[in-house]
Amino acid sequence: MNTFVNVDNVSRLFGPNLTTGEKIAAKLGAQVETRAVRAVSEVSLMVAKGETLGLVGESGCGKSTLGRLIAGILAPTSGNVMIDGAPVMENDAKVTNRVQTVFQDPFASLDPRMKVGDTVSEGPIAHGLTSKATAETYVAEWFERVGLDPVWVDRYPHQFSGGQRQRIAIARALAMQPDVLICDEPVASLDVSIQAQIINLFLELTRDLDLTTVFISHDLSVVQHVSDQVAVMYLGRIVELGPVAQVFGKPAHPYTDALFSSVPKLVLDADELVRFDTIEGEVPSPLSPPSGCFFHPRCPLATQVCSDDAPRMQSAEDKRDVACHHFEEQLAKLSN
Amino acid sequence: MSGPVLSVRNLRTHFFTRAGVVKAVDDVSFDLAPGEIMGLVGESGSGKTVTGFSLLGLVDEPGRIVEGSIKLNGTELTSLSDGELRARRGRDISMIFQDPIATLNPMLTIGQQMKLAIDAHERLGKRAADERAAELLKQVGIPSAAARLRSYPHEFSGGMRQRVAIAIALLHRPAVIVADEPTTALDVSIQAQILFQMRDLAADMGTALIWISHDLAVVSSLAKKLAVMYAGRIVEQGPTASLLRDPRHPYTAGLIASLPAMATPGAPLAQIPGTTPSLLSLPQGCPFAPRCDHATSECNMAPEITFKGDRGWRCFNPITHGNEVTS
Repeated sequence: MNTFVNVDNVSRLFGPNLTTGEKIAAKLGAQVETRAVRAVSEVSLMVAKGETLGLVGESGCGKSTLGRLIAGILAPTSGNVMIDGAPVMENDAKVTNRVQTVFQDPFASLDPRMKVGDTVSEGPIAHGLTSKATAETYVAEWFERVGLDPVWVDRYPHQFSGGQRQRIAIARALAMQPDVLICDEPVASLDVSIQAQIINLFLELTRDLDLTTVFISHDLSVVQHVSDQVAVMYLGRIVELGPVAQVFGKPAHPYTDALFSSVPKLVLDADELVRFDTIEGEVPSPLSPPSGCFFHPRCPLATQVCSDDAPRMQSAEDKRDVACHHFEEQLAKLSN
Repeated sequence: MSGPVLSVRNLRTHFFTRAGVVKAVDDVSFDLAPGEIMGLVGESGSGKTVTGFSLLGLVDEPGRIVEGSIKLNGTELTSLSDGELRARRGRDISMIFQDPIATLNPMLTIGQQMKLAIDAHERLGKRAADERAAELLKQVGIPSAAARLRSYPHEFSGGMRQRVAIAIALLHRPAVIVADEPTTALDVSIQAQILFQMRDLAADMGTALIWISHDLAVVSSLAKKLAVMYAGRIVEQGPTASLLRDPRHPYTAGLIASLPAMATPGAPLAQIPGTTPSLLSLPQGCPFAPRCDHATSECNMAPEITFKGDRGWRCFNPITHGNEVTS
């Protein structure tokens, strides 16, 4: 595989910002929260040029934090992220334009007081991709590319619908001519009928522009549709990583299995119209995760070793990696 | 089968704003049998939430119910005074909202707010009230329920808070519960737990349920019948399986076809062109016509809802299949 995006052993901690007084109080035994959340923990992954990696997991699993680490919005506590062999960040500052982000909420991510044309041209002008003189045609091209009428450049965000705003956000990201696009829940706040339009636009653009993409979503059916590879996260760790058809078709990690089965799925030609199943329990607090494998308190296959040792990533069938002591058992269970 | 517990006829709820009249709910009719679960599906602005609010008499100025009838156990709700409505709300009909953080009072313990909800309709001593509250918390799956009565909402996770909201809605064993996107804010594994539980609870208690959601698969996992709303109107209604397998209204068909699960991975999704119209400037005639590939000149007039057996649709040119030629 020709690695294009390389995430190498990246971790990110979020600690409480304690004042000196609080630190002293904590030392003296007062109840001050001093624990840090390990939002992303020793994550390594690679994305090949032109491929889309889906990042899935429940809220608080670290998928958005990992997206921000790859996008150079957050600096890792340890480890590093490289794009095409060059680092994304140096000394906690982003040093590349080759990665851009599309965020979830197109209402919050666009400046309400800025004309949308200026929103799209601001970055490219600052980085010399176009000049003030040529900006108008440059922006018009990108507007057309994302399915917006270029005569709208002088309008403000409030004059657009949610779907159109998300198109503007996509135009803003792509006008920087990135090689890598991070999409953080780009369709989560859109209506179903608009969702399909934006997903189609996304598929068309990533193919035509040969973009390498990280697609973050809690909606497994969307991820299944757009991704080549998928990484499943649980409490900051990747538990399974591999080709999307195999990972969702025959999950090697019991959590992937549980997550995928919990989503109600319409099967129109089956007797049972909707299929889904449930797992017990809730995601534990990231402030005090369980010992060993973080999933063991909810896992049907858990044994003593699971609470003693955190499993390492190992290779399983169909070119995938899985962090589970009992993945062979899990796969055997599904084969029957 | 006994008669319907809830019967809604030609309900119209309009909002009289400075910018014009917003017909948020425009001619909605349905029946709900005791213990029956109905899904109300639609996109944002389709009127599904306002329909739910209308049923509980919760529509505020500048909105009001301008026409139609809502009969709950034979009583006409639209002609009741505020006080008479309040006496029924929570006892005969109750509501579960999307956001459990906004529904629970952060300053009161769970036990205190459940006691308040009991006091609204019944005289019950503290100990008996606590017992009832703990019993319901247990039924909705909250571990060590009696002890949790002393907890505050912030001590619960999102899923647990929604369970508390469900327990409060169930306190007086109402005949009907309106649930407005109650699992949308929750993670999928918690959503699955709550869906299973609601299905059992509704069956055990004989409570009829109106489940409002934008997610077809989620509603269909519970509801035996569906009503699909678009621009304030029910455009199609009928039994879940038959409606999903054989949609008649082009909008319903478009919604189903646009689901990623219905497509080959990586292939373009079937998409409905255009955007949902603003309720302030609805196109004349059928509001879906500008986005519809079945539209003809006839669609310049507003279609009435047509019923055939247990299926109903509001369309001049419904989708028909070879084996079911309509006369």
